[in-house]
Amino acid sequence: MKKSALPDPFAAARLEKGIGHMNDQDDPVTMILRLKDLRKTAHNYKTFQSGATPGRIVVPSEVNIRDTRQIPFELDPPEHTAYRAAVEAWFRRPLEEDYTRALTGQIEALVNEVLQRDTVEVVSAFALPLQSRALTLLLNIPEAEAEIWISWGTHVFRSEGVALDGDKASILYDYIDEQIDRAIANPGEDLYSVLLASAVNGKPMTREEVRGVMILTFAGGRDTLINAITNSVAYFAEHPESLTRLRNEPEILNRAVEELVRYFAPLTHMGRVVTQDTEVCAHAVRADSRVSLCWASANRDAAVFDKADEIVLDRKLNPHVSFGFSHHNCLGATHARQLLRVLVATLAEKVASIDLLDHQDNIEDLDQFKRKVGFDSLTVRFHAR
Amino acid sequence: MANITFITTDGTSTTVSGNSGSVMELARDHSIEGILGNCGGVCSCATCHVHVAPEDVRKTGEASEIERDMLELDDNADEYSRLCCQIVVSDAIDGVVLRVAE
Ligand code: HEM
Repeated sequence: MKKSALPDPFAAARLEKGIGHMNDQDDPVTMILRLKDLRKTAHNYKTFQSGATPGRIVVPSEVNIRDTRQIPFELDPPEHTAYRAAVEAWFRRPLEEDYTRALTGQIEALVNEVLQRDTVEVVSAFALPLQSRALTLLLNIPEAEAEIWISWGTHVFRSEGVALDGDKASILYDYIDEQIDRAIANPGEDLYSVLLASAVNGKPMTREEVRGVMILTFAGGRDTLINAITNSVAYFAEHPESLTRLRNEPEILNRAVEELVRYFAPLTHMGRVVTQDTEVCAHAVRADSRVSLCWASANRDAAVFDKADEIVLDRKLNPHVSFGFSHHNCLGATHARQLLRVLVATLAEKVASIDLLDHQDNIEDLDQFKRKVGFDSLTVRFHAR
Repeated sequence: MANITFITTDGTSTTVSGNSGSVMELARDHSIEGILGNCGGVCSCATCHVHVAPEDVRKTGEASEIERDMLELDDNADEYSRLCCQIVVSDAIDGVVLRVAE
């Protein structure tokens, strides 16, 4: 098995039952494994709600470490619709030319830098700085601020061996509080200030709501992008022919990025709280229990995808759900897609090959399933063209 | 060369022409309101939903199973719905009228 491969641990359960079971802090989760069932469940917000106790739809649950509701993530329509509408335009800025130009500048500089180095630990010295610097563009703040986020390390919410760590999370929450204070004292053109000045349903957003949007923006875009970037580097290390192909056929860039995102499914699953006794995939689920939408499993559903376990770089039809489905589909997807497109194009242009020297897998423990989601560390050597 | 007319939800009608790529790309290049094409045309985001005028369906063809599955849960979808990233621009679709769904 290639080191860059992400095996599909859900295959048998998806085929046989369509669901899986996970116990998480005595609040069990029925995992939905097939694409069609997942779509139906994601769409049905009345029976499968996001607006439960803050932290409960996240698996592992964050109920014990967080009271702030993440917005728009932990709201259901119609509230969700109104908050989402208020921030949608801001999250589409990555399509603007200036934004893409700045992003390209950041990525080229970083790639040039790692090409000079003997060896590079990709998670901490490539993916984390790349993700952090790019986030300054999304927040519209000076790039230097990224150094603080980089210094936090990769595990803002996690520390070694412990899935959830309240102390680590409080570093982020305290930081966001300070930044909101700063934006109140000194409004600017940054996301904090824009949110503080915006209104939803005719009412100004409260400080707590702004906090909820910002926590989500930091948390939602961190591990996901770090996994996507690191897995991409591992893939190209083991598939130099794909770099050559992208160089010769730049028109497949978009398809290649969507396919990498499908295959990697950087976010494994996300929960919902069941509001009434019902069924998923012909299995009973009880009111006030949890289900999860398992994006990683649905993306390998052979009923929908040919050669589901292979990366088909120019896959034409690719209805993957790595960025979610329906109401809550990823608000950061425009940023993430733009970042990955620029990254893959830059690697194809500048890099001849990558030696994979050492690696430590990051394996999520989902009780019934163990899923490799990426790497805790990945040491490589980049060779310039 | 094909001329294609988009009618957006506010009733504005815009006719544009093209000869290659997908209808989604053509719409995006001309900033047609309501066609976002977030996924770039691989049928994964459903942000390029249009209703084909009934008399034009023979030109555009009908939605594939994957498109139909994507749109199945959308309250705005009907038998004339297409994800226009899956419609290829060519002479064969000259003159079609598409109502933008969102
Ligand atoms: C490859 C990277 C990413 C992946 C795979 C990913 C995945 C997802 C998924 C699956 C959802 C749906 C959650 C649900 O249905 O409950 C989601 C929602 C969300 N994501 Fe991402 N995400 C990524 C990057 C980002 C980035 C960079 C940001 C922002 C900085 C972000 C912000 C959000 C927000 C705000 C939501 C909630 C949207 C809503 O509730 O309406 N994501 N993401």
